[in-house]
Amino acid sequence: MRFLKNEKVLNVFLYLFLGIIIAMPVLLVVGLFFKSESVLHANSLSDLLFSTEWKPFQGKFGFYSYIYSSVLVTMLALLISVPICLFAAIYLTQYAKSVYLKVIQPVIDILAGIPSIIFGVWGILVIVPLISHYVAPFFGIETAGYSILAGAVVLSVMIIPFILNILLEIFKSISKELPEASIALGATKWQTIKYVILRKAFPGIVSSVVFGMSRAFGETIAVLMVVGNVAQIPNNIFEPGYPLPALIANNYGEMLSIPNYDSALMFASLILLVIVLLFNLAARMLISRYETKI
Amino acid sequence: MQISIAVIVLVLSLIVFSIFYRGLPSLTWEMISQTPKGGYYFGKEGGVLNAIIGSLYLAFGATILALVMGLPVAMLMNIHLRKFKKLVNGVRFLLDLLWGVPSIVYGAFGFSVMIFFGMKTSLLAGIITVSLFILPIMIRAIDEVVKNVPVGLLEASMSLGSNKSQTAFMVYVRQCSSAIVTAIMISFGRAIGDAASVLFTTGYTDSIPTSVMQPSATLPLSIFFQLSSPIQEVQNRAYASAAILTIIILIISVLSRIISNKYNKNKIS
Repeated sequence: MRFLKNEKVLNVFLYLFLGIIIAMPVLLVVGLFFKSESVLHANSLSDLLFSTEWKPFQGKFGFYSYIYSSVLVTMLALLISVPICLFAAIYLTQYAKSVYLKVIQPVIDILAGIPSIIFGVWGILVIVPLISHYVAPFFGIETAGYSILAGAVVLSVMIIPFILNILLEIFKSISKELPEASIALGATKWQTIKYVILRKAFPGIVSSVVFGMSRAFGETIAVLMVVGNVAQIPNNIFEPGYPLPALIANNYGEMLSIPNYDSALMFASLILLVIVLLFNLAARMLISRYETKI
Repeated sequence: MQISIAVIVLVLSLIVFSIFYRGLPSLTWEMISQTPKGGYYFGKEGGVLNAIIGSLYLAFGATILALVMGLPVAMLMNIHLRKFKKLVNGVRFLLDLLWGVPSIVYGAFGFSVMIFFGMKTSLLAGIITVSLFILPIMIRAIDEVVKNVPVGLLEASMSLGSNKSQTAFMVYVRQCSSAIVTAIMISFGRAIGDAASVLFTTGYTDSIPTSVMQPSATLPLSIFFQLSSPIQEVQNRAYASAAILTIIILIISVLSRIISNKYNKNKIS
């Protein structure tokens, strides 16, 4: 390890690597903006964002139905996974013996490590038939199962480990004295959780939800496989949708043959990137404010 | 509340069970020992060896590249820049932001950079894109542990006459070896399982790549393409490939757990 003695040469590399990382977010935004400039010139921003007209051959790119699908799938997924995560986190940190947490932690970690393509295959194997044979007929609707709901269910399972891990950290970080004081004053266990712990953890809970949201918003392959990929404004959650990431992934092959198409898809990536960055920024702000309070 | 726990455990076992239930019956030795022969995608003979090897190449390459860049940065943040708390926290913030960026965005970005330089889809482009994607994960996982090493270790090492880099790469690396191995495992799992970023950059072929400039098949994409076939036989193979990928991921997960438990025993703090 002689080369470590000469710090000057090594330091150049160290700071170079650091520089690359600091430049990365800027590079991502600038690079994608640069590529999407030609579509921004040809169409107005409001047309791009709020029009449903998607005719690449005529140079018309309206992303509204894609954005709508993305938002719908994400919200639905959160609606399923947030209550599960919240109850699981409260139970594991407040009620259960610490052995439980030791058993559950590997399960969460394995779930977090499973690739999205496996979730997609599972969605096709289990969720899609389940919806088309049992859930939809229950509401009197006929569907092939490839639907917004299927995408949301698969997504909700995928984001559970992320949200749950953050929630567990937050509940663990609340000092022991607070609930003890509350119980000493005669509050019941449930009252303590409801009025003391949940109130204290509220910003953290919000930020965990926002993290889950940004994770869900950018998820590609698993959703693409089960959501049906029909560009429309769905009337109900049993109809197929077409989220933004799926649009990008599905059309990468042909995008070079049609003018402005590649630019439009890069603009779609830019929308994704900006939204996810904003979500993350908001969540970080909330969490950091909360950390200084304790 | 117990129900929510049951749901989580049940879902995990259901995922693993359903993949194995459908995949294992079609998983033959031929599948993992041969590349696709002519007419493979119409149900003729062959296997997915090209995708398995391609995925391993890609994941190893990307993990090594990310480690070469990530480990020095994690050390730099905690040893050289120890006094610049605001800068380091700013970098942590940026890394967390990058962690949240979806892999498809990296894929699209990598693709546009490739076009800019006139490159074709290749293993190298895939490795670079995936390494950018796993770099924040790698750095933050190492940083989280290096951050908590007692200052005494740094002071002792410096007082014995070693410089900061020697302290970082000879003392701290040994102290944090379990965290580094865990970080490598997590990143490797991410790299091998990600489909959206390699879709644009690595391409797809039926042969095993012999150089980094050639396109390469990857396991997730191979599953994806086989699954979109209307032929039942090919679909079954997709499930078998999914079972292979799941086995790889489970092995990595168990291995990292064992290693981190083993190395955690001889630690200072």
